[in-house]
Amino acid sequence: MQKSWRRRFHLPAVIGTIPMILVAVGVFVIGIGFSVLWSFTSSKLFPTYDFVGLAQYRRLWSDSRWLVSVNNIWFFGLMSITCNMVFGYLLAVFMDQRIRQEDLFRSIFLYPFAMSLIVTGLVWQWVLDPNLGLQAALRNLGWSSFSFAPLVDADTALYALVVAGIWQGSGVTMAILLAGLRGVDEEIWKAARVDGIPTWRTHMSIVAPMMKGAFATAFVLQCVSVVRVYDLVIAMTGGGPGIATSMPAVYVIQLITVRQNVGQGMAAATMMLLPVLVVLAFSGILLWRRNREASA
Amino acid sequence: MRYKLLTAALAATAALQLAGPAAATDLEVIHWWTSKGESAAVSQFAKAFDNDGHGDKWVDSAIALGETARSTVMQRVLGGDPPGAAQFNPGRQYEELISGGKLLDLTDVATAGRWDEVIRPKAIGSACLVDGHWWCVPVNIHSNYWAWYSKPVFEKAGVPEPKSMADFIAAAPKIKEAGLIPFAIGGDGNGWQIQLLFQDMVTEALGVAKRDEMYTKKSAEIAGGPEMKGVFTQLRTLKQFTDNGYANRNWNDTTNLVITGKAGLQVMGDWARGEFAAAGMTGVKDFGCMIGLNEAKPVVSTDGDIIVFFKQDNPDVEAAQKRLAALLISPEVQVAFNNAKGSMPVRGDVDMSAADPCMQKSLKAVEDPSNIVTATNRFITENTNQQINELVSQYFADDSMTADDATAKFGTIIGNSD
Repeated sequence: MQKSWRRRFHLPAVIGTIPMILVAVGVFVIGIGFSVLWSFTSSKLFPTYDFVGLAQYRRLWSDSRWLVSVNNIWFFGLMSITCNMVFGYLLAVFMDQRIRQEDLFRSIFLYPFAMSLIVTGLVWQWVLDPNLGLQAALRNLGWSSFSFAPLVDADTALYALVVAGIWQGSGVTMAILLAGLRGVDEEIWKAARVDGIPTWRTHMSIVAPMMKGAFATAFVLQCVSVVRVYDLVIAMTGGGPGIATSMPAVYVIQLITVRQNVGQGMAAATMMLLPVLVVLAFSGILLWRRNREASA
Repeated sequence: MRYKLLTAALAATAALQLAGPAAATDLEVIHWWTSKGESAAVSQFAKAFDNDGHGDKWVDSAIALGETARSTVMQRVLGGDPPGAAQFNPGRQYEELISGGKLLDLTDVATAGRWDEVIRPKAIGSACLVDGHWWCVPVNIHSNYWAWYSKPVFEKAGVPEPKSMADFIAAAPKIKEAGLIPFAIGGDGNGWQIQLLFQDMVTEALGVAKRDEMYTKKSAEIAGGPEMKGVFTQLRTLKQFTDNGYANRNWNDTTNLVITGKAGLQVMGDWARGEFAAAGMTGVKDFGCMIGLNEAKPVVSTDGDIIVFFKQDNPDVEAAQKRLAALLISPEVQVAFNNAKGSMPVRGDVDMSAADPCMQKSLKAVEDPSNIVTATNRFITENTNQQINELVSQYFADDSMTADDATAKFGTIIGNSD
């Protein structure tokens, strides 16, 4: 008994991971626990323990801003993840053609990811502002009927956010997928060529499936950045015009800080946690089943 | 022996603290007075405090946009690091700070300064006087019920200057034809400027008594009634006269459109007057002001600013906070600050002979209590306030939302407010 315990937990390893364990338990588990707990209370500015059951959730799901936020995140997520993966892969294939100045191009494509979204978001906002940016510039050059102001129209502002999100996210997807592409053995390409398989078919049926790991990493990174999208919205539209580009994370921060309504904000935060938990549980079950099959 | 030494050391430190002249105290003040006119005004406070003879120092923390400044203050309080003092609007924004015991009780300063006698109208003092204790210092009276217009724009369009919103709506198409923006508005900060306009229109449509009833009784019936639908319809009409750069524009950039003669009229509180003054304009030939959205029915609201002081464990800081509290309301500082800010002083016993024609209008209107409108912030919490912001700015931005939908939603918000 004692022996097996010792074999499982090497003392140096345990000591080494204690800080990480403390952070994980302290920040994530306890923090999330309080968020969930307070979502059942009537907390306003100061957290209290006056429990009101599901009242905050009922208020949340009747708040039109929250409903708009939920719709927006689905649209934004589907559009930006799909486009990022497709563009990222195409860029990676392009970079893999042994082009000249590869380092330069890689820096250019990675640059949007390296810079703060507050800075790039503000630049996007200025470029798209009808009185300062592209529209004003072209009108000053004489094209007086030119009209391009996506951010100020409630119907198009979300598309502008998606475009900025793609511009920001496809570079890093490219970097990950390029590493995956480079990991594919040159012999496989040669063999495919000898067999006379067209290049696109090699990509689709042989190389891409071999890069499962790289795709999964890129996909998870994209999902995480979609769920917590905040700074892009704040810098570009502030959630507007009206509430047209509000997102769940923006909503939560707005409720906790500005609206002084911690209870409802925590209810929204808990709702944001749910899909993540479902995904975690799903992958946990898969892992468990695979382990059991392996050990059986 | 050992104990004696210790006692002596203790006594010495205590004596040092008592004997030294009131130590130079830095006091951080968080506020959102960031426009040109506003910073000119707040520098009057800083100057007076820095020269109060006690070596005090005003540490300025200006944060753009009221909701951002207020949420910063709240986060600092929750984190256990409150600033020395902070700006709020009179009303319910700080009620939890009072009930949570976070604020310094200013009752002794108020008694010494006879605040209950000098502050007028009484409605301004009552924002700070809660359960017989003074929790804040009112520093000015702002009215949200104003419209500011550019005289050159109306001249250029060949239309008479407006005396009411109805006049303006009639004149607006002509201004548009002249290639100018008829109606200037900005949609920053969750759309508070749109709500300010909306609230002015609500009072105009419902009348003061019915509007107060709607807010005090949280009447979904009045809030969802036919008058409110009229307000939303008029709001849509006004939108047709705005430019498409409004979405993220702040209030002083919007005022600047009127100052520079690019736009005709803006509905904004009288802090906008400070911008005209800072641009060197007078209310006689360059710009005009319409009180209460209808010159025939002048109204003045009891909005404005108050300063709260946060409890600190340090008696030196507390003394400095109380010195600042007394200073903010002293007659000289009130005149200097309010002349720069465009607001009315909170005390009636000061010389306002330097006031411009617009200020004269409000000084005259405030004499009649029936012209005084209670600030909306007195009735609603920040939560409700932001819900209304979201509703009106969504309606303003999204032309597919009907006036009926918006009215029904407004009824729900008021009915569910607390």
